[in-house]
Amino acid sequence: MNVTINGKTEALPENANLAAILTMYDCQPKTVVMEHNGNIVPMEAFAKTVLCDGDHIEMVHFVGGG
Amino acid sequence: MSCEAEKTDPLLLGGVALESRLFIGTGKYGADSLIPSVAEASGAQVITVAMRRVEKGQQGITAHIPKTMRLLPNTSGARTAGEAVRLARLARAAGCGDWIKIEVIADSRYLLPDGYQTAKAVEMLVREGFTALPYINPDLYVARDCEQAGAAAIMPLGAPIGTNRGLRTREMIAILIEETDLPIVVDAGIGRPSQACEAMEMGAAACLVNTAIASADDPVRMAAAFGRAVQAGRNAWLAGAGAVKASGDGAEASSPLTGFLR
Repeated sequence: MNVTINGKTEALPENANLAAILTMYDCQPKTVVMEHNGNIVPMEAFAKTVLCDGDHIEMVHFVGGG
Repeated sequence: MSCEAEKTDPLLLGGVALESRLFIGTGKYGADSLIPSVAEASGAQVITVAMRRVEKGQQGITAHIPKTMRLLPNTSGARTAGEAVRLARLARAAGCGDWIKIEVIADSRYLLPDGYQTAKAVEMLVREGFTALPYINPDLYVARDCEQAGAAAIMPLGAPIGTNRGLRTREMIAILIEETDLPIVVDAGIGRPSQACEAMEMGAAACLVNTAIASADDPVRMAAAFGRAVQAGRNAWLAGAGAVKASGDGAEASSPLTGFLR
């Protein structure tokens, strides 16, 4: 299935969840905030949020800024 | 220097008493690993961050920020009130409190903030329980709109972001200090410690400095210089400066004009 992650289409295995995306991006869950189809997902729910074809994921974190 | 007067002069912001009136940023450092030393040298307790999409293999800034500091995420990248609200919610979900520097900018050359969208964002975010600190042009009407919408402070620009050009908007900032009841935190454009000091002497409640520290040859030393300049300016404001004699009005001796040796 295909999902859009931060604006880019990525092919993921069926039933992949948000935690799998973190692993793919080599990220620590504590430092990242994820939006699933426009809704913020709490960190505790990453592993149980199963994705569907066509889903939109935004994955953001804090960077340097003023 | 830490005299008693300073210890009893906290800045109250969003229910928190801050001893340091210098806020620092985390952008543009040659190496992010400098940030802990910069933070320590500055004495700052509040530090800004931005929120961006994760790139594969890229680490965020959080690991470089001392745990004792209060994070002030900004909504940079937002072009409308709605986008600012979305960024603010994401920042809060990161678990770093509910302070938010509201920055709504559609102009990409001078990065000037959109007052109308900013005030709208303040209204929406205050309703959601955020401590809202809007970044604005020093415009009295925008400041009042933000104040009425429940902002915790007003952050007027001294000059366009990242320019180190100093207090170009001095007169307008002075009007905001006089005419609004909120703390005025001068943000953007301050390039030298003397300019931060001047803002504080004018009665600003605090200054936010990023580029001037990050772009110095020695950011740690510059951070210390800014920390002291902000303190000096605040003390001068509290002390109440003496009257200025008009030009052409002669001099007034500091030493007695009697008892001369002849």
